[in-house]
Amino acid sequence: MTPVLTDCRVPFAHELIDLARTDERVVAVCNDSVSSSNLGEFRSLFPDRMFNVGIAEQNMVGVAAGLANAGLIPFVCAASPFLTGRATEQIKADVAYSRANVKLVGMSPGVSYGELGPTHHSIEDIAWMRALDGLPIVSPADEAQTRQAVRWAAEYHGGAFLRIGRFKVPSVSEGQSPAFHFGIANTVRHGDDVTIIASGVTVSRALAAAELLADQAISARVLNISTICPLDADTVIAAARDTGHIVVAEESVSRGGLGGAVAELLAESVPVPMRLLGVNTFAPTGSVEFLLEHFGLSPEGIAAAALELVGRG
Amino acid sequence: MTTDWWQRLHDAGPASTSDIADFATEIRRTTLVTINRAGLGHIGGDFSVTDILATLYGRVLRVDPTQPDWSDRDRFILSKGHAAVSLYSTLALSGFFPMDWLGTFTGPLSALNGHPNRNKVPGVETNTGPLGHGFPVALGCALAAELQGSERRSYVVIGDGELQEGSNWEAFMYGGHRKLSNLTAIVDRNRLQQGDRTENTNSLDPLDAKVEAFGWEARVINGHDLDALYSALTTPSDRPVAVIAETTKGKGVSFIEDRAEWHHKVPSAEQVELALQELGS
Ligand SMILES: Cc1ncc(C[n+]2csc(CCOP(=O)(O)OP(=O)(O)O)c2C)c(N)n1
Ligand SMILES: [Mg+2]
Repeated sequence: MTPVLTDCRVPFAHELIDLARTDERVVAVCNDSVSSSNLGEFRSLFPDRMFNVGIAEQNMVGVAAGLANAGLIPFVCAASPFLTGRATEQIKADVAYSRANVKLVGMSPGVSYGELGPTHHSIEDIAWMRALDGLPIVSPADEAQTRQAVRWAAEYHGGAFLRIGRFKVPSVSEGQSPAFHFGIANTVRHGDDVTIIASGVTVSRALAAAELLADQAISARVLNISTICPLDADTVIAAARDTGHIVVAEESVSRGGLGGAVAELLAESVPVPMRLLGVNTFAPTGSVEFLLEHFGLSPEGIAAAALELVGRG
Repeated sequence: MTTDWWQRLHDAGPASTSDIADFATEIRRTTLVTINRAGLGHIGGDFSVTDILATLYGRVLRVDPTQPDWSDRDRFILSKGHAAVSLYSTLALSGFFPMDWLGTFTGPLSALNGHPNRNKVPGVETNTGPLGHGFPVALGCALAAELQGSERRSYVVIGDGELQEGSNWEAFMYGGHRKLSNLTAIVDRNRLQQGDRTENTNSLDPLDAKVEAFGWEARVINGHDLDALYSALTTPSDRPVAVIAETTKGKGVSFIEDRAEWHHKVPSAEQVELALQELGS
């Protein structure tokens, strides 16, 4: 049976529209990104509550802070590389430092723009945003998590960064209730020999890697980190203590990324052997699948890293 | 070794307007086939800028495809980097790299990805793709030429939607302040951006008055009139020149022209046939 795959921009838009129907404070701000953020329907339903400032990301984030200043709840929706790259200082000063209630929605993060190349890949966004004081980073891994994360963001008072993928993903939340809980990591597979820590598109790949490892009699735990900041320290520390080996698999740079976050935490608590897999150089040309494989983020690549780490590689 | 096109446009004396028209047609045909093969590209913006590229590489720029790093070459930057395939086609036809590279466009480990990379593609001056970067870099190139006492000139093509990025206006301001007469900014004024018309999104008009107010000489021309382009790009000025090239997005193929959805739609095999017929040879 082939699993149903979801482009998470679709449930994101549905949920945003649902919220907007009942809460008139909800508005959208974008940068000529109505279609790439899947907000066409939002615009037809709420034309007055959609601010498309044109191709101008710095203005976009500043405008959102001004809207929030009046009690509105702006969702800034733009391709993640341009949102987080071009408008970093607006995010720092106008949102994080000013504690403005702005929801920053980075669309199509990681290498999901494939062949469009490194200018369009958003592999640095987690590192950049994680450096900011008091800015939660949420990275849902599937449709159910996306829906709940959007609801959480609307209720949470303060700035937040959501990463919403376009690369289609299967459900990884079966049996998880709730699918998304802010600040809590989901243990999506139990195991004792090694823990694979993943987020977003790498979660289903980590699960597939765990299957491959099971064939070799290695029991892998898999954590889905949907809240990257603040990191669920209890769950990560327990995993390090229980399994003694940690592999992090993310479609972004390890330096300052999820890998960096896990390493910082464990260095001060339970230092264990680790392997940090990520997109750690500007990518060569290729499709999303090709690139994930190239950077060792295929199930086989993740399993190989785990085997090497537990001394069986 | 220079290509047939380079020989016809340069080695055999100055190119004529009809040579440039033929070159532009060949660039469009090559672009179309390359995009169709890859299943990816920005054909609307490629076709609106093609006549500008044909004029620049056919009879304006002082560059040498056999020595792409020649230090005194004119500098050209395609700031609207999503129109990469039209630039790649122009560079390949001119002999900066072999034509067969085009067949690898977007393929695994190709030198040619969706946006130009100067470290992989001869003839590319800076990596573009995020809008609003090329103009400040071209400004820097022009300042360097002035400092080094070189006659070389700098040219940049900016999308009109791209002009909504504030960085462009910072560059207009400083270019005007420095009276950089060795710098030409060409605006591909096709009145469309990704999702809609520029004037429905964040309007730019009156663009000529705006750039004049920043100290530039505005030259508003039909961006598909090859003689007008040539004259606008070569007539000297005592100020930096902004050529506002009024263009049609998707120019040359009726069903692609002036439609927002063709920003990055990929033509089917049937549509390629129709389009090649319309373009002629
Ligand atoms: C900083 C940034 N924001 C958004 C985009 C996405 N984008 C790519 S092309 C484009 C529209 C460009 O319109 P225009 O400059 O008018 O180019 P053209 O009409 O010639 O294609 C957009 C919004 C981008 N590449 N960079
Ligand atoms: Mg345009």
